Amino acid sequence: MSNVLYWQALNEAMDAELAADETVFTVGEDVGLYGGTYRVTEGLLAKYGEWRVRDTPISENSFTGLGVGAALLGLRPVVEIMTINFALLAMDAIVNMAAKIPFMSGGQFPMPLTIRMPGGVARQLGAQHSQRLEAMLMGIPGLRMVVPATPQDAYWQLRQAIRSDDPIIVLEHELLYFRTGELDETAVAPPLHQARVSRPGRDLTCITYSRMVSLALETAEALAAEGIEMEVVDLRSLAPIDWKTCEQSVSRTHRCLIVEEDNECGGVGAEITATLQARSFFQLDAPIRRVAGLDLPTPFNGALEAQSIPQKKDVVQAAKELVTNATGGVS
Amino acid sequence: MDNTHMTGLLRDMLRARAFEEAAAQSYAQGEIVGFLHLYPGEEAVAVGVLHAAEPGDYIVSTYREHVHALVRGIPARAIMAELYGKKTGVSAGMGGSMHIFDRERRFLGGYAIVGETLPIALGAAYAVAYRRLPEAVLCFFGDGAVNQGTFHESLNMAALWRLPILFVCENNHYQIGTEIHRHSAITDVYKRACGYGIPAEQADGMDVLAVHAAARRLLDRVRGGDGPQFLELSTYRFRGHSMADPGTYRPQAEVKAHEAADPIAAAIHEISLSYPSRAELAASDRDSLKRFADHCCQGGHLDDAALKRLQAEVQAEIDDAVRHARESPAPTLDDAWDALLRNRRFETLLENLP
Ligand SMILES: Cc1ncc(C[n+]2csc(CCOP(=O)(O)OP(=O)(O)O)c2C)c(N)n1
Ligand SMILES: [Mg+2]
Repeated sequence: MSNVLYWQALNEAMDAELAADETVFTVGEDVGLYGGTYRVTEGLLAKYGEWRVRDTPISENSFTGLGVGAALLGLRPVVEIMTINFALLAMDAIVNMAAKIPFMSGGQFPMPLTIRMPGGVARQLGAQHSQRLEAMLMGIPGLRMVVPATPQDAYWQLRQAIRSDDPIIVLEHELLYFRTGELDETAVAPPLHQARVSRPGRDLTCITYSRMVSLALETAEALAAEGIEMEVVDLRSLAPIDWKTCEQSVSRTHRCLIVEEDNECGGVGAEITATLQARSFFQLDAPIRRVAGLDLPTPFNGALEAQSIPQKKDVVQAAKELVTNATGGVS
Repeated sequence: MDNTHMTGLLRDMLRARAFEEAAAQSYAQGEIVGFLHLYPGEEAVAVGVLHAAEPGDYIVSTYREHVHALVRGIPARAIMAELYGKKTGVSAGMGGSMHIFDRERRFLGGYAIVGETLPIALGAAYAVAYRRLPEAVLCFFGDGAVNQGTFHESLNMAALWRLPILFVCENNHYQIGTEIHRHSAITDVYKRACGYGIPAEQADGMDVLAVHAAARRLLDRVRGGDGPQFLELSTYRFRGHSMADPGTYRPQAEVKAHEAADPIAAAIHEISLSYPSRAELAASDRDSLKRFADHCCQGGHLDDAALKRLQAEVQAEIDDAVRHARESPAPTLDDAWDALLRNRRFETLLENLP
């Protein structure tokens, strides 16, 4: 058990998989000599050499496609796309190739491809570099996507993704790389897509993922001081979503609040809302509520940038309204 | 080349350097946040090329575009305020350092996704050709961008339809931490243009006069209907890729060697060699040259004192820009919605239907 940074956990996971299986290799911009934009591949070039840790030109579509082709021949590529914003240039390789080949080949070709990349709003990187595109990718049949919120999950989910025969996106977050947390390499890893109740609570369920998990936990702490117990469910995976854990939580609390960093229209929360209202309709005492980003490209100005994504006060307010205004609210 | 012109080049090079150093300082003080990609070392490229451009030409640049914007004539205040994310910035604080736009000056933007400037320039040139105008489109991109599909796709179409584009590759030999020999099979970038039948040249991007001469020659051809032209400029950035990058992957010897070829030092050297005649000085009504002239007339050290004055002027302009940016108000969320919705006129369009 040790206390590590999120990037270090990913680095250890990469190291472990490269060491364990020589079909594993990684490619991406500045993953080698530079050590990775967020240090995730630091030290790996020296240890494994350039055939296994390969610096690439800025050719996202083609080096992601290279990953697809190598996976067809049985290698286990880990493609690092510097940020999710550049994955837009690799959509052909991701959506038309990786997601479709196993299916179109009638299952003849597994696709043991892992695509690692961070998303999210960081600090004033401007509209082109602050995107949350998970909702766009989670709906592509054939793709899987995990969204680790802690170093522990980052470590295990990356290792599991590399070992999986499905194409899996490991969506990291730019502001999580330098967060610390416990890492226990000996702990038993939960199934890759299983959601986790990060904090129990009786009054409402907060469903969230990635960086918003820590915001939800902080908020839960503040709400507890006022007598409101918010349960926090960390989805851990967006494709597929572990509906069972969500349903079970909602059937205990009868209220559901979704906290997501992506924008509200067509976001992850829209999918969760639609599904849970169908699955848990008779368990709900109030309409499902979303706290999401504004439907606005991210403004560069720092204060506006912050206002464009959920803040603690927004979550506090929504949680209070949810528990007090609804039929049968806490008295 | 006459001295007005020389001084003009020098002044812009000094402005470029002063602007970027001021931005670096503001970043260090936490007043500018986010990615900040600076241009010191590469000034001769933007200054030389843009001095060869006409006001009617269009400019497309990358995230390393402050200097292009400045030389194009966008006020230092408006650029600096944008770097600060203020309401007085060119884009009211919505764009930031990597996204400078100025419609009036035909500055079609700074683009932060590598390889985007090529299709944007392609489209702009298509529109120019479509309207049969004598304008050119100047497309800037780095050595790293030439491995994007957009580079090849755009060069092909530009050549196919003989579009009026000057492609300018700012070859600083690095794509962040990856040196060109490790990212490109062919490191003479201009050779790739030959594959599409586009006339291409290489010039010394550390020599503003060489850059300017080449750009002017190629732009004449573009405007003369000869189709796209390609200019590769070999240059070097003195700083890291961005302020977040210490640049430690580059050998010290390499950095030092390039600093010795500082384009500003080279330009200063040039100007002190070409002593202006009295007639030339009298014919010039440019402020800086007047002072320069006065100084010359007194027979003192022409280069040093005149240069100092020029530097002081430039510094005052930049200091003012920083002060202005610092003191300007921040935009509000209403400004953000306005930026998004300002051009949504479909409701009125519908109302106008018969
Ligand atoms: C499509 C895409 N991939 C990756 C990046 C990250 N990135 C930003 S600048 C850069 C290097 C670009 O190098 P070059 O084109 O030579 O321009 P320079 O920064 O040297 O001026 C990279 C990889 C990006 N912005 N866009
Ligand atoms: Mg470069």
